[in-house]
Amino acid sequence: MAKRLPPVDVVLVGFGWTAAIIAQELTEAGVQVLALERGEFRDTVPDFATDTIQDELRYAVRKQIFESPERETLTFRNSADQTALPMRHLGSFMPAAGVGGAGVHWNGQCWRFLPSDFEIRSQVEQRYGSKFIPEGMNLQDWGVTYDELEPHYDRFEYLCGVSGKAGNLAGTKQPGGNPFEGPRKHDYPLPPLKRSASTTLFDKAAREAGFDPFPCPAANASKPYRNPLGVQMGQCTYCGFCEWFGCGNYSKASPQTTILPVLLKKDNFSFRTRCNVTRVNTDGRGKQATGVTYVDIDGNEFEQPAGMVVLCAFAQHNVHLLLLSKIGTPYDPQSGQGVVGRNYAYQITSSVDVFQKEILNPFMGAGALGQGVDNFNGENFDHGPLGFIGGGYIALWNTGGRPILQHQLPKNAPKWGSGWKRAMHDNYLTSTSIATHGSVMSYRNNYLDLDPTWRDDYGNPLLRLTFDFQPNEHRMSDYLTEQATKIARAIPGATHHAKKREGHYSIVPYQTTHNTGGAAMGADPRTSVVNRYLQSWDVPNLWVMGASVFPQNAGYNPTGTVGALTFWAAEAMKRYLKNPGPLVTT
Amino acid sequence: MSARTHIVRALALGLAAAAGAVAANSADVARSSPGPHASVEHGRYLVRAGDCQSCHTAAGGAPFAGGRAVPTPFGTIYSTNITPDRDTGIGSWSADDFYRAMHEGIARDGHHLYPAFPYPWFTRISRDDVRDIKAYLDTRPAVRQPDRAPELPWPLSIRGAMAVWNGMYLHEGTYRYDPRQSAAWNRGAYLVRGLGHCSACHGDKNFAGAVDQDHPLEGGFAENMYAPALTGGKRDGLGQWSEQDIVDYLGRGRNAITTAGGAMAEVVEQSTQYLSEADRRAIAVYLKSLPAPKDHQVASLDDDTMKRGAALYLDNCEGCHMRGGSGQPGAFPALKNNSAVQAAEPDTLITAILQGDRVPATQADQTALAMPAFADRLDNQEIAQLTSYIRNAWGNHAGGVDAGDVGAIRKKLRKSNH
Repeated sequence: MAKRLPPVDVVLVGFGWTAAIIAQELTEAGVQVLALERGEFRDTVPDFATDTIQDELRYAVRKQIFESPERETLTFRNSADQTALPMRHLGSFMPAAGVGGAGVHWNGQCWRFLPSDFEIRSQVEQRYGSKFIPEGMNLQDWGVTYDELEPHYDRFEYLCGVSGKAGNLAGTKQPGGNPFEGPRKHDYPLPPLKRSASTTLFDKAAREAGFDPFPCPAANASKPYRNPLGVQMGQCTYCGFCEWFGCGNYSKASPQTTILPVLLKKDNFSFRTRCNVTRVNTDGRGKQATGVTYVDIDGNEFEQPAGMVVLCAFAQHNVHLLLLSKIGTPYDPQSGQGVVGRNYAYQITSSVDVFQKEILNPFMGAGALGQGVDNFNGENFDHGPLGFIGGGYIALWNTGGRPILQHQLPKNAPKWGSGWKRAMHDNYLTSTSIATHGSVMSYRNNYLDLDPTWRDDYGNPLLRLTFDFQPNEHRMSDYLTEQATKIARAIPGATHHAKKREGHYSIVPYQTTHNTGGAAMGADPRTSVVNRYLQSWDVPNLWVMGASVFPQNAGYNPTGTVGALTFWAAEAMKRYLKNPGPLVTT
Repeated sequence: MSARTHIVRALALGLAAAAGAVAANSADVARSSPGPHASVEHGRYLVRAGDCQSCHTAAGGAPFAGGRAVPTPFGTIYSTNITPDRDTGIGSWSADDFYRAMHEGIARDGHHLYPAFPYPWFTRISRDDVRDIKAYLDTRPAVRQPDRAPELPWPLSIRGAMAVWNGMYLHEGTYRYDPRQSAAWNRGAYLVRGLGHCSACHGDKNFAGAVDQDHPLEGGFAENMYAPALTGGKRDGLGQWSEQDIVDYLGRGRNAITTAGGAMAEVVEQSTQYLSEADRRAIAVYLKSLPAPKDHQVASLDDDTMKRGAALYLDNCEGCHMRGGSGQPGAFPALKNNSAVQAAEPDTLITAILQGDRVPATQADQTALAMPAFADRLDNQEIAQLTSYIRNAWGNHAGGVDAGDVGAIRKKLRKSNH
């Protein structure tokens, strides 16, 4: 029997990036907010202290700060004619557990999506005609525009102390920045990170290939920074332990380094760790959320009543919770009807390894220390003759030179023994890799639902992921890989090895933690779960944050857009709290 | 909490008291228009400036209800209930009773208080300020919580012994305005020597725990740390600080030279950041007027220690404190030219390396940027080499440290953390 707790104004499911932003915004508006986090509390000191964090075996190989699939996982299959099986080890993606969420272990690659990304269906139809859209692709506009999100991107970038160089200030192109980016009102709060030998090499080669390289936006502080909340960050030391690690130097933006010092002092904010939310409760008619039910680490069940519920968990966990709570119509791939679980998407990545003569010292890196090329992203180029939708960036990320997982060896190098050692010795300091980061569209046959067989610790059905790469994505990724190869060829004295993404999607090798969709936002309740303010169409006091609301994925890392959407939704929530009800009527 | 913490808090308390006294003493520090609640508001300012709440509140306890253990070299003393509860607090105390306690260290029933309560400083607070402090305390919720008896050895356990102590060390009397000095200087002196009780930490204590009144701010031990000199020494004092540096330090816990750490971080967080800019500046004016003591000669270090120290610095410290000890302005303190680093005694630096430290979170700078503990990573010899190096690199100059010094502090910390 669940123990009923005293009610709060707002309960947040999860305590990562989106929850921290929502909590900060709503507590400023005078509301009482409670966050429920399944993991532990963590902070820069002692949890990510510089004298312990740089341990690749512990964190990157043994995955110490990620969610543990023994406790939470999903089942997976490529297509509906297969039987899904549980993911027993993390592989393709690395969701976090613990305060700060994946905002603790991300790289800090903090992009804005292109204006065209938010209106992709309209733009594709206008530019290439509606027949250009392949059968089975659920291409959708977002219901929000870049111009509407611009001030919120700005707020997130200034919150995080993003290092970069504007390419388009209020419509005027800026030399040295990304010429393809949408117009921005302000430059980045900090100048770009210092370039490394490998990003300098890339910059030169990309220019020779005829492209327009620029420093990638980095939520790694290039200088000491004080954000608008008065929270401070230290300067990045280029230690090369960003991705999959917490930052010990207060240099990588995370909830801990940008919001929590202010938020945790507030009387109208509280949080509880080791609390796994299992249901969003609704009233008898299913029209109003009444709170959540959660289970603590000892297995005790609690009911937490709340006036408003915000789902701030990792993308697929939000969808899982909606399905378990029977909120919204579950997606049915047979009929194409229903919305919850529809529009699941991912990203498609490839790389071109480069072996050359110059010493690059790859260990001097930062998670978002990169030089990129955006010529082949979104609608920045003509897709007509190419016959695919979408695109991505090409970049050389000098994230670090960790010995176990961050090295490149020539294709024919031995896989073990003294030959392998010799190849490592010969190539560690002089090899690098160019990455492509491609969009994945949503399809009728890629979706999330509840597994009919497998159940979790609490007796609830596991979430089932049905997903495969489609021909459109392979064509796009192959094209990106070809362009990246042109850059590799322009590096003097280099040999290269292009690693295309081939065949079916596999959940085993690491690719990217950019899972999206399942609770799409949009203008039409028949194809979206939440309206353009991220408010549930069905239950107006329930909101869904994070990448689960993306109708399809773009060719950029999603955190910048997740941050902007969260600030955008927070503004809407403040209006809602003054005058509750649906913010969009149909 | 360490004893040092308490001492520093007491110091801050003294500052606040001093602020009040100026108002009382000198017509040119007049209070703004006295509304109906002026004295309560002013009392609140003084109580915060004096950081009364820190000592008079137990961990997790009701504010001002006392019961917090204050470790002293002689034994543990527990702070008292100063809420308006009539039986267990000071609700039945008259203004005169309270004034006598603040000025003479004698409670309402006539028993002597121990000078862990900083009445040797508070005696300088004006009658009006003491009245306002009481007026504010009287507005706090009354909490019934009897005081806890101190744990002191005989003969200190006899409160009458304090009469002897007072006879020897208490210089009773409110602050006397010095007409040869500016109003700001007088205000600063009133704060530093009264409510702020700065010398409780920053002064040398004799065998009886009394501060050397002839050299009250030349640095002193406060629990496991050494509170550096606030006099004009160029290396280990405030000689190279500007007035603005002091104003920033007290208001934000950081300035161009260093950051507050250890117990002083708490003092800044809970007390000095709430002082008015004018009062912080007055303190700066007063402190900057203090002459430099004679520089003590220290021997130069051998090359081997410096080389080993430099290697340890590169591996453990340079990421934040940067090459050349330059720090990151606005985030992590410089170590070069840092007066706390070059303090007469290295205890503060060694303690920070062993157990880590943090800067205060203030209204202006919200992050309590923290340094990790290195106790498990570096042994006594390494910490000695590192400390010696930091105290003598980049133009710094201060006495070297040996492994025995580090071992003694390590042992002391282990004991006080249990």
